[in-house]
Amino acid sequence: MTRPRPLAPDDPLLPPRFAGWFAGRGWAARPHQLAMIEAARDGAHVLLTAPTGGGKTLAGFLPSLIALAERGAVPLPLHGEDRTKSPTGRNALSVEAWTPFQKRSIHTLYISPLKALAVDIARNLEMPVAEMGLGVRIETRTGDTSASKRQRQKVDPPDILLTTPEQLALLLASREAANLFRGLDTIVLDELHALVANKRGDLLSLDLARLARLAPQHRRVGLSATVADPDHLRRYLVPQTTEEPRLARLVTGQAGAQPQIDVLESEARIPWSGHTTRHAIPEIMAAISRARMAIVFVNTRAQAELAFQEMWRLNDANLPIALHHGSLDAGQRRKVEAAMAAGRLRAVVATSTLDLGIDWGDVDLVVQMGAPKGVSRMQQRIGRANHRLDEPSKALLVPSNRFEVLECLAAREAVAAGKQDGETRREGGLDVLAQHILGMACADPFDADELYEEIVTAEPYRLLARETFERTLAFVATGGYALRSYERFAKLRQTAEGRWRVANPMVAQRYRLNAGTIVEAQMLTVRLVRSAKGGRPLTGGRVLGKMEEWFFEQMTPGDSFVFGGQILRFETIVETDAIVTRGTADEPTVPSWQGGKFPLTTYLAQRVREMIAHPERVRNLPAQVAEWLNLQAWRSVLPAADEMLVETFPRNAKFHLVCYPFDGRLAHQTLGMLLTRRLERMGMRPLGFVAGEYALSVWGLRDMSRLDLGGLFAPDLLGDDLEEWLSESIMLKRQFRNCAIIGGLIETRFPGKEKTGRQITFSSDLIYDVLKAHEPDHILMRAARHDALTGLLDLQRLSDLLHRVRGRLVARHLDRVSPLAVPVLLEIGKEPIFGAADEDLLGEAAAETLIAEATRLV
Amino acid sequence: MSEADGEQGLCVSGASMTADRSGALYWPDEGVLIAADLHLEKGSAYAARGQMLPPYDTQATLARLEDAVRRLRPAHVVLLGDTFHDGKAEDRLAPGDRARLEGLIAAAARWTFVLGNHDPAPPRGIGGETALELRIGPLTLRHEPRARPVQGEIAGHLHPAARVSVRGRSIRRRCFVTDGERLVLPAFGAYAGGLDVFDPALRDLFGRRFQALMLGERGVHAVASQRLARR
Repeated sequence: MTRPRPLAPDDPLLPPRFAGWFAGRGWAARPHQLAMIEAARDGAHVLLTAPTGGGKTLAGFLPSLIALAERGAVPLPLHGEDRTKSPTGRNALSVEAWTPFQKRSIHTLYISPLKALAVDIARNLEMPVAEMGLGVRIETRTGDTSASKRQRQKVDPPDILLTTPEQLALLLASREAANLFRGLDTIVLDELHALVANKRGDLLSLDLARLARLAPQHRRVGLSATVADPDHLRRYLVPQTTEEPRLARLVTGQAGAQPQIDVLESEARIPWSGHTTRHAIPEIMAAISRARMAIVFVNTRAQAELAFQEMWRLNDANLPIALHHGSLDAGQRRKVEAAMAAGRLRAVVATSTLDLGIDWGDVDLVVQMGAPKGVSRMQQRIGRANHRLDEPSKALLVPSNRFEVLECLAAREAVAAGKQDGETRREGGLDVLAQHILGMACADPFDADELYEEIVTAEPYRLLARETFERTLAFVATGGYALRSYERFAKLRQTAEGRWRVANPMVAQRYRLNAGTIVEAQMLTVRLVRSAKGGRPLTGGRVLGKMEEWFFEQMTPGDSFVFGGQILRFETIVETDAIVTRGTADEPTVPSWQGGKFPLTTYLAQRVREMIAHPERVRNLPAQVAEWLNLQAWRSVLPAADEMLVETFPRNAKFHLVCYPFDGRLAHQTLGMLLTRRLERMGMRPLGFVAGEYALSVWGLRDMSRLDLGGLFAPDLLGDDLEEWLSESIMLKRQFRNCAIIGGLIETRFPGKEKTGRQITFSSDLIYDVLKAHEPDHILMRAARHDALTGLLDLQRLSDLLHRVRGRLVARHLDRVSPLAVPVLLEIGKEPIFGAADEDLLGEAAAETLIAEATRLV
Repeated sequence: MSEADGEQGLCVSGASMTADRSGALYWPDEGVLIAADLHLEKGSAYAARGQMLPPYDTQATLARLEDAVRRLRPAHVVLLGDTFHDGKAEDRLAPGDRARLEGLIAAAARWTFVLGNHDPAPPRGIGGETALELRIGPLTLRHEPRARPVQGEIAGHLHPAARVSVRGRSIRRRCFVTDGERLVLPAFGAYAGGLDVFDPALRDLFGRRFQALMLGERGVHAVASQRLARR
């Protein structure tokens, strides 16, 4: 889309007032900042990719500030509505902004993935606005905004509104939306790479489509970290048609100084497997003591807890070190952030909660404990150190096992070569679509044809079939069941003119309570009570935070675990609280079942495979790791980068088959499920499997060395076996719960009361069972299936894997375990073993009961 | 073990019975089949309040009951209360489902609706007899279990469910609970939720040791209380 705003060629891009402000601070506008102003002048949608610290946010807002400044400075009389006929051209927008009608409209809308970031940006914008005396009103709207302020914003909006996708959806579902956004000029989407990657991005795309209808003249500005495929984001930014994909203009920011990345060469023995990184804690402590302030990133909460505990055990110097992860009580997290900002901490152990967002204080070192899993995530994390473009960020990567040494080295090379992980296009979720349709009905009665036309301009929904849209609409209206028994309970009804409206005001009220796409795992509040002597533990007690319900499901009272940096004893569950007391054990009895949370990216996996093929070419390969790989070459083989090694060997009266795809735990789990089914049919009597990040091990009662491996790994593995397994899998059930909540089938909040997670789960499972038997093609079943295939099962990756290794299998039939197989075999017992059906496990528990009964002495 | 047939033998107050995989209890000596808490039309009750749960729950529940009746051929069917989710549920029955229920009742030699808290009034014009409780031999059949001590009681109302943790996986299923003196049936209805066996409401009914007979896909699995995962 272009909207020419004629301009004399000699007109400087930066108006004098702005040029003066830059000069006054000793700055010069950077080229990408000027390019953004130029894009605005051309009326072009634009994507700016730049590393952190490049003045990205200011670049995004400059055109809006300039336009608003001109509006303030040049009050002109009212002209006709057709802006192309406006005599001054350049000030066409400002002219309109002065009409009384337009005054009630937002000029620039800013969307951030984080509430805290929106608040921070608002604060940063105030400075130039005040210093230049622009008279621009800037306000935020988040979950914390008071009801009275929200109400006022609807009738008297600010010039620049900063908010989140969820709040935007709620605004658009209100009757005031049309007036509020009619004069919208610019939308700024911050951290776009993070916004588009999930269902929030789906919802946001639909809201953008609505804004394009309310304010066809508006322009979109995307701000993003450097990405491998900017076209993906450029498409997302622009309203699409059925023809050739349309792209936003691309502006690339100046690259920052190359980060200085070290991979820790531990003096200690590098473990064969595991994710604790415990061996390197003394060296990490030493690095922290040399830095001003460090963020120590880990991949999972369990790792954070463990690292934090270990660090304090060795913290002889009593360095102030804090812990920050998503399960901790929000108040506790705010305290840590404030302490960082005030420079009162030397290190913070954090999970992805600190990946994005505001800079808390003067961080000069980032430590990544455990492999980074992806190049892009690592760059983002490293960017948290030293937010100045001209100085290099410093990072220390600490591999927790031997494979991770390779992964860390590969990631460092990738950063040096300026590489990024690729992203895949998302197909918009139908559950999100359902939520959006309901929201649009809450705003105003809609015409189905018009709404469909609007929705397919959103990139993730570009290919949405009309029939699917109709079914989703029917689902929202009456449940859309084949058995049309709910017509009389309809949520949406058609007006005489055929427009869809909400049946009653309660429907809209409930939509507002339940909107959003972030479904939290079922969490229990962890409450610390005083030790329970004699009687039962007291209720009440101090709230430590929240943890997933499944974690407690595997515990029995008396088990201990680590949370918030302390060892706790699990007592009982009361309603939605997990009651704990202070533990006395030295070591927690319940380990976490989760290894690394993020699967290794495809790009990084490829680099690791290349390293293994030629370890002699790897710079700085630690001696321990080189030795290990040499041993493997001697005992078995080191496969080429495009080959997949498959080893078979007997061990402990069982026969193992180990393969090394390096495609991440999720894809390996799915592969394991399908392989065991196929092996079962071949009469190999498989007993179980364990999937690691790099390898997969299957074991059984028969020797598998004579199998036709080409046939075993043939891509038709993804045919019937997949269907059969999917229908039994609990993965689908888990996904269905999310889809049912997002799609509005299950409401989690009712006016005045909140249904607990405990109750929701059960009912979503029951609904799933009933739908599976009676309407397996229901719109939400389709949504759940789609999510499972793309998410938990990583099917695309598995399919790529099977095609990649076809005809490239290298088999070694060994008499005992190989060096490369040790890590995955060591995970047996630490990771859950798959392959057994619920029914068999229930049978096992029953058999134990029978045996106990038969052998009881009294 | 008779697991292959999908049932599990048990004994309450001297009466030999089988826990059927459908969630019903069968007493061969008396030819009695007992099912509790069908909660028919729970889905439409939610739909009336704006949550469009799939409307197939009544169908699914009745199909399971039909299947159990066909396999076990009882002379007397007892529904142990909360057969209907609410007072108006009977009126919301789809014509087909109503006919199915009437057909089942007509085909049985004897059919008793024990009244529950969700359906305190007798059903109108469906057939069958109604009762507050029923005594058969050494056993008393009632909806809501009484406080201890009780001998020979068969009840529903509490929707028991138990959890076992096997090899790092936690599995939760509806179950019968018995200590040999009394028994609580699992809810039979497709949309009926579950209450953990260690919840005080259930725990207080039984001694320290009891058995949970957990419903699997293919059979019933008897698990001792000591083996269950506590909450």
